[in-house]
Amino acid sequence: MSPSAVLTAFLTIVLREIRRFTRIWPQTLLPPAVTMCLYFVIFGNLIGSRIGPMEGFDYMSFIVPGLIMMAVITNSYSNVVSSFFSMKFQRSIEELLVSPTPNWAILAGYVAGGMARGLGVGVIVTLLSLAFTRLQIHNLPMIVLTVFLTSALFSLGGFINAMLATKFDDISIVPTFILTPLTYLGGVFYSIQMLPDFWRSVSMVNPILYMVNAFRYGILGVSDVNPYVALGMILVFITVLAVVSLRMLQRGKGIRS
Amino acid sequence: MTTLPSQSSPPAWALEIENLRKSYGSGFEALKGIDLKVREGDFFALLGPNGAGKSTILGIVCSLVNKSSGKVRVFGHDIDTDLAAAKLNLGVVPQEFNFNQFEKVFDIVTTQAGYYGIPLSKARESAEHYLKKLGLWEKKDDPARMLSGGMKRRLMIARALVHNPRILILDEPTAGVDIELRRSMWTFLEEMNRNGTTIILTTHYLEEAEALCRNIAIIDHGRIVRHTSKKELLTQLRMETFVLDAEQALTEAPELDGFVTRLDGEGALEVEVEKGQGLNEVFAQLDRKDIRVLSMRTKANRLEELFLRMVEDNNNRRDEEVIQ
Repeated sequence: MSPSAVLTAFLTIVLREIRRFTRIWPQTLLPPAVTMCLYFVIFGNLIGSRIGPMEGFDYMSFIVPGLIMMAVITNSYSNVVSSFFSMKFQRSIEELLVSPTPNWAILAGYVAGGMARGLGVGVIVTLLSLAFTRLQIHNLPMIVLTVFLTSALFSLGGFINAMLATKFDDISIVPTFILTPLTYLGGVFYSIQMLPDFWRSVSMVNPILYMVNAFRYGILGVSDVNPYVALGMILVFITVLAVVSLRMLQRGKGIRS
Repeated sequence: MTTLPSQSSPPAWALEIENLRKSYGSGFEALKGIDLKVREGDFFALLGPNGAGKSTILGIVCSLVNKSSGKVRVFGHDIDTDLAAAKLNLGVVPQEFNFNQFEKVFDIVTTQAGYYGIPLSKARESAEHYLKKLGLWEKKDDPARMLSGGMKRRLMIARALVHNPRILILDEPTAGVDIELRRSMWTFLEEMNRNGTTIILTTHYLEEAEALCRNIAIIDHGRIVRHTSKKELLTQLRMETFVLDAEQALTEAPELDGFVTRLDGEGALEVEVEKGQGLNEVFAQLDRKDIRVLSMRTKANRLEELFLRMVEDNNNRRDEEVIQ
């Protein structure tokens, strides 16, 4: 295929993904907006007003970056895992497999589709947060880089989950039992400086902690970890997951007999 | 649109398969060294009982199944080294519905074109052409799940053709389709073939293969039992059964000297005529018995008889090998 033909194939996948999640917006875009509003009201306004400042910021301002990141992570992941697994389940993935679209373009298309939803939801949540607090921008390149790379990373994670899944239960296990606990324990609602030494050390092996803090650094200028180390870690994870995803696609893991 | 090869140059091989093998993790050997060649412009049938390996062969050609060993070339493009070029020449109509049931008909076809790198404006033109040709244009904005079974099958054909492939592969294309629709699909496929598209199909309806195909391969237990032209295959038939409708309903089959006769379920007379025997003799004997024949047809279908015999011979040979 010529480069322009590959680009057409890539854009076809991306547009199909965008068409899919916008068609079912009450399932994909509305729930995170409602959930995040509840977080803002309950944790930010009602409970937050009694918690007092954290890292020099009022509690609402402190948790907003983490909540935006949480929305980006879960939506990037769930878009790819549910879309790709549905295609496997309905066998419409065969439409792609018989076509000359290269594997890397298939992967890039799905990741871009996941990023479109993750970042779209991130924008919605950010706009909603403006009704509750005033957002500042400390380091715009850090904000943009962190949110884009994190979205790409969790889209890749969703892709691998979908490749390995054999039934619908398999696509909810990782988000429920791994992603959600890691996100909640990743410094979204608190600074790890509040934890005892042991739990602070344990928290440092949670990759989501680095993403949340790098993003918070971009917005507020405070972080529990070095944000540049966090960016480096995200890049390493992306490389590893991309290689694994491509190997699985080449072998046809779960999609070719 | 592809065109027929010029008369001066010999037609190229559309598909070449050499010593193709497929074993599954369980140890089951689905293909045991398949050799097969299909010429450009051919209308080719792959016949065989359930589980013979027909869909596995097509799956490997279309990259839906990983082969264990062997070579597959599509218009000279090796699927191991030049897969994208091979795929560009193929259009695939699978046995099962494999599109997103919630997507609109038009979107399914144009999206498939996009996977082949066709820009949206051209994809729309091509989708409109094939949806109109297959009688689906009125349904273009309907979600695929709203279509009838026959329409879904036609949608898969439109989707397979949207990039104008040189080979159209159909796995049981008319399974579960009513007779009227089956005939219209035959007409459509014959037209595609006349316009130069090589067509390879698997089918359970041997009548379909007999009506459409020029060359046939019979596969059983992962091996090609026979690979020849339909004409050559049919000349091997030593006996043909004719069905005669008499003016007066018959209550029992008349005895005809030198012929086996019987009544079918509807009172028509079936007569087995061996090669070399004349039909005049049948009519002369019936005339002497005052039986007047109003119409006559061959019993469907000749290929089926031959197919069953070959598969049976193959099974007997396998049994003998096991005993030895």
